[in-house]
Amino acid sequence: MTDITQLPPATETDIDLRDQNIAVAGQWRLFWLKFKKHKIALVSLVVICCMYLIAAFADFIAPLDPNATNARFTYAPPQGLSLLHEGSFMPHVNQLKMTLNTESMRREFEADPAKPLAVGFFVPAKPYAMLGFIPMQTKLFGLVNAKPGDSLYVMGADRLGRDIFSRVVHGARISLSIGLVGVLMSLVLGVTIGGISGFFGGWVDLGIQRVIELLRSIPTIPLWMGLAAAIPVGWPPLRTYFVITLIVSLLGWTNLAREVRGKFLSLRGEDFVTAARLDGMSEIGIIFHHLVPSFMSHIIATVTLAIPTMILAETALSFLGVGLQPPIISWGVLLQEAQNIRAVAQAPWLLFTPAAAIVIAVLSLNFLGDGLRDAADPYESV
Amino acid sequence: MLPYIARRLVFAIPTLLAVSIIAFIIIQLPPGDYLTTLMADWASQGGAVEAGTVAAMRERYGLDQPMYFQYYKWMAGILLHGDFGISFELGKPVTELIWSRLGFSLMLSLLTLCFVWAVAIPIGILSAVRQYSISDYTVTFLAFFFLAVPDFLMALGAMYVMSVWFGQSVGGLFSPEYVDAGWSFGKLLDLANHVWLPVIVIGLGSLAALVRIMRANLLDELSKPYVTTARAKGISEFELLIRYPVRLALNPLISTIGWILPAVISGEIIVSVVMSLPTTGPLLLRALLAQDMYLAGSLILLISVLTIIGTLISDILLAMTDPRIRLT
Amino acid sequence: MSMTNDTILKVDDLKTSFKTRTGVFKAVDGVSFELKRGKTLCVVGESGSGKSVTARSILQIVDKPGTIDGGSIVLTRQDGSQVDLAKLNPRGEEIRNVRGREIAMIFQEPMSSLSPVHRIGEQIGEGLRIHFGTPKAEQRERVLDLLRQVEIPRPETAIDRYTFEFSGGMRQRVMIAMALACNPQILIADEPTTALDVTTQAEILDLIKRLQQSHGMSVLFITHDMGVVAEIADEVLVMYRGKVMEHGTVDEVFHAPKDDYTKRLIGSVVRLERKAEIRLKRAEIAEDAAPLLEVRNMSLTFPSGLKAVDDVSLIVRPGETLGIVGESGSGKTTMGRCLLRIYDPQMGEINYRRADGTVIDMRTADKPQLKELRREVRMIFQDPVGSLSPRKTVAQIIAEPLKLAGMRGKELDERVAELMQQVGLEPAWRERYPHAFSGGQRQRIGIARAISVKPRLIIADEATSALDVSLRSQVLDLMMKLQDEMGLSYVFISHDMSVIRYMCDRVAVMYRGKLVEAGETDQVVNRPTHDYTRALLSAIPHPDPRDRRIQNRFRYVAPSASVNG
Repeated sequence: MTDITQLPPATETDIDLRDQNIAVAGQWRLFWLKFKKHKIALVSLVVICCMYLIAAFADFIAPLDPNATNARFTYAPPQGLSLLHEGSFMPHVNQLKMTLNTESMRREFEADPAKPLAVGFFVPAKPYAMLGFIPMQTKLFGLVNAKPGDSLYVMGADRLGRDIFSRVVHGARISLSIGLVGVLMSLVLGVTIGGISGFFGGWVDLGIQRVIELLRSIPTIPLWMGLAAAIPVGWPPLRTYFVITLIVSLLGWTNLAREVRGKFLSLRGEDFVTAARLDGMSEIGIIFHHLVPSFMSHIIATVTLAIPTMILAETALSFLGVGLQPPIISWGVLLQEAQNIRAVAQAPWLLFTPAAAIVIAVLSLNFLGDGLRDAADPYESV
Repeated sequence: MLPYIARRLVFAIPTLLAVSIIAFIIIQLPPGDYLTTLMADWASQGGAVEAGTVAAMRERYGLDQPMYFQYYKWMAGILLHGDFGISFELGKPVTELIWSRLGFSLMLSLLTLCFVWAVAIPIGILSAVRQYSISDYTVTFLAFFFLAVPDFLMALGAMYVMSVWFGQSVGGLFSPEYVDAGWSFGKLLDLANHVWLPVIVIGLGSLAALVRIMRANLLDELSKPYVTTARAKGISEFELLIRYPVRLALNPLISTIGWILPAVISGEIIVSVVMSLPTTGPLLLRALLAQDMYLAGSLILLISVLTIIGTLISDILLAMTDPRIRLT
Repeated sequence: MSMTNDTILKVDDLKTSFKTRTGVFKAVDGVSFELKRGKTLCVVGESGSGKSVTARSILQIVDKPGTIDGGSIVLTRQDGSQVDLAKLNPRGEEIRNVRGREIAMIFQEPMSSLSPVHRIGEQIGEGLRIHFGTPKAEQRERVLDLLRQVEIPRPETAIDRYTFEFSGGMRQRVMIAMALACNPQILIADEPTTALDVTTQAEILDLIKRLQQSHGMSVLFITHDMGVVAEIADEVLVMYRGKVMEHGTVDEVFHAPKDDYTKRLIGSVVRLERKAEIRLKRAEIAEDAAPLLEVRNMSLTFPSGLKAVDDVSLIVRPGETLGIVGESGSGKTTMGRCLLRIYDPQMGEINYRRADGTVIDMRTADKPQLKELRREVRMIFQDPVGSLSPRKTVAQIIAEPLKLAGMRGKELDERVAELMQQVGLEPAWRERYPHAFSGGQRQRIGIARAISVKPRLIIADEATSALDVSLRSQVLDLMMKLQDEMGLSYVFISHDMSVIRYMCDRVAVMYRGKLVEAGETDQVVNRPTHDYTRALLSAIPHPDPRDRRIQNRFRYVAPSASVNG
């Protein structure tokens, strides 16, 4: 035994100090370390958090009531916010002066630099209930000392003189939450069905796989349209909302089910699962002690990537007029207003404001999901 | 090869059956059967309905029979007589309305597929070969961006740009003078003049997805040992790239047709609505909004069937290019 | 160093490094050697020694981000002209003309090293097309000729087949044919037999030797297996961590090694050539003792129809180690798993004698019984990575069976610490995750988990196969130490005759699901009775260049079909 025990210390020595931290790092810590390297995903995470916060506190953040109409300001353009007035700090917008163009018979608006309207933070407003139950009388920002005839359209106004910015902020509630609720539904469906498929195998698995394949081979939009169009017009908004979410998630679970099944199958054959079984662990114990922790990170990534597809689906359906209907405000409903290209040519903010909101949300979620997926298996390169 | 194709064909049958059931369910979803709708329609227009006609139609579509029998009647009508039912809104048989539109849908989808493939492969290769270069980052970012913009927004954006910057109105597949004209070289040219914008608009999303997949596949293949083997033979880098990793990276790409095609068809429908193209999209939307369910159901059925056939073709293509699938 | 004219390739102070985020990794650090015309130079070393990178540097096909930083690689052609390959542009035409034409290379994994979607004829003929522009028909003729040279049966049909239609040995022959296409002067073989079974390996080594002689090639052979080196090398280069430790003729290196590392390396190989000392010293196991495990006529047929285990009967006596040896596909792993009912054999008996003398048939045992029995019969797995959950700390992994047996709290902690010490791990490392451990250490964790509930029998499935040779004997020694301390019995499954010989009391040989021979290890190794055993034993490379055996080996042809290879 003499010469062998003194073999080169290549592999059997202790690791150096830098790795000491990594040595005792669990799955989620390694996950975070790896995720952190993906800078864009990190930024996206912040953006997404902000957007969901904005949606939650929409009442407080939106300066105007999203349903308040004002015939004076039909198609009013965005009023640029400036920070300085005559050399001193005073956030303001310029008052809009309306003229009627007799040739085109259109109202034309012009900002009047001589009439600044001061904009302030935490301005008093009509009483409302934030989050539905906190009584408030303040808004995040708004006109200081507003007089009749003054206006604050940060992103312009629509056909009825409603504030686009406030509408987009309120629309975020529906559009972003449909993503979350829909994903939750898909998650339950996907994990259950995928788990059954992967766990039982055999004929059950084959049948479920065929159904998934079938659902994936049908073009989604016509199917969604067909199902959504069957929703009676008279239904209350909340019910419509849930049915639309259900329809949207009806097809979204297939990805999740596949992911879960694949992981189940590959993990079931792993030696450490066999070892646990030999140790006397029950099947339920194996699922919760070994399988679920192993694919949790993958599920989180897949779920994150599923949210944007849900958001896009709602938007598309509502845009076509078979999804959510006014007076519900969602980004898709807002875009209905932009269907007419002539209206868009005259008031491009009708299109571009909600569009920007959608693109930013979807883009960030995709980047976030990408980063999560890259980090999902932190043991690949430690 | 032949057993493989036969197996695929047999597999397609239950899928087709399931699709027809789904379409039938959609037809049945709105409350009341189709005759009540029809009678209400006629009544609102002041026309009286003869009792005999109603009874005859009830008989014809088996509306008094149980659901599965109605389904059987509907399917039998389609399969045996090519009869898809009647569009009550337009008062014509469905078959008269759909074929030309289906043709344009198919054409648009195929053109888009070609465009997507032709552009995605070289960009994907470039992005993979120059991994972590400026062009790779640009391509990656653009891909993410186009994945985030829904088709109809892209269509609206394109129309806005065309009308505001170029003063062109966009819409339709033909200029007004050609819409009802017979086919001629001039009409074809006119079509080419109109078709490129919808093709790009529909394709950009799938293009972005495909570029990402091509890049990932190729990066996978580039690190495989057979690349080193080929290099050790003295093959030039470019020939090596095309002959081995690119050739192998294309295989999984072919299998993506299975879901790119449904995505393209979905995109085609919604973009057609926005750009008012004479395809199935606007017709389907109109039928759905008017609850003209036989028309809508038939359209959904046919669109799905086309997709399944497309997927089948991609399966066969894959078998032709990959001996591992063909021979095992 | 003077350049003699029989030197075909002279590598001088070669440096190849990989730039990673954490710094520069010097894979090859100042390596020099000469390859003589018509001779075989073996580069030997353990994993991470840089032997493979050295070989790839010669043709400048090191994977990204590896780069050659310095040194020269001078190739001397037959006409006397010389070229320094290290100076050539790796993408340029000059080096491409050398690749495949003057220096050809074969690789370890013939499956992944060949394209799965191109016919083999196309891949073999490609070199001819690239270097000589040979027309198609002529190319085909030449490829058929090459296929005949490498002894692939029915070349006319084989030429149009794909790689996945061949067995591992045939694929490696295809690779060799591909390398020979342009009649190269040098053949670089990068672990060409590592992925193959020992009998197939012998065939391939034979083939390379024959072709080397008929083509007058020089061979640069990369391997980790000292036995292979002893069988085929003229000269040997021992590498460790990117540096040359020793360079000399094969006889010098094996019989008069100068360097300490070489001495240790050869020492650990030679150690495995005979029975372990602690086993020689131990008293004989009573032959008449009641067997701990008695398997009778056990059979398992998979749903695919494959008879993985075919009428196997064996006994394990208390305190002994029974080795199960066989090549891939022999069913030895499946057999081992049947013993623990990971697979359910359809027929036979697995009679296990408990400490109180009662005998239970494990094949028909019900769930609660099985649960108890699995505390007495445990398993050690082959793959030290896959058998430990990456998401649990070492302490959690070792504690799992104890917890399931009802142990809690302080007692559990102390037992885990005790077990870690017993298998040679620092108890202070208990909070670490498996990713912080090397292969050998991970295998120790696996052993600790197996012995934690004080079992009486352990099934060890290729427990040392994933480890370098120097670590192998350490793990085996640990297992034998534990055997003596705890009175354990082992069923030790391996494809490697040397580890079986080192530690097993008796051995059973498996071939295609059947047990073809069983007996005392000494008797089976020295006086095999079955032809397959003889073939298997004679194909094992012997780590002594003065006693080369595999060329005179015994070949076994199965009664029904021919052996792989």
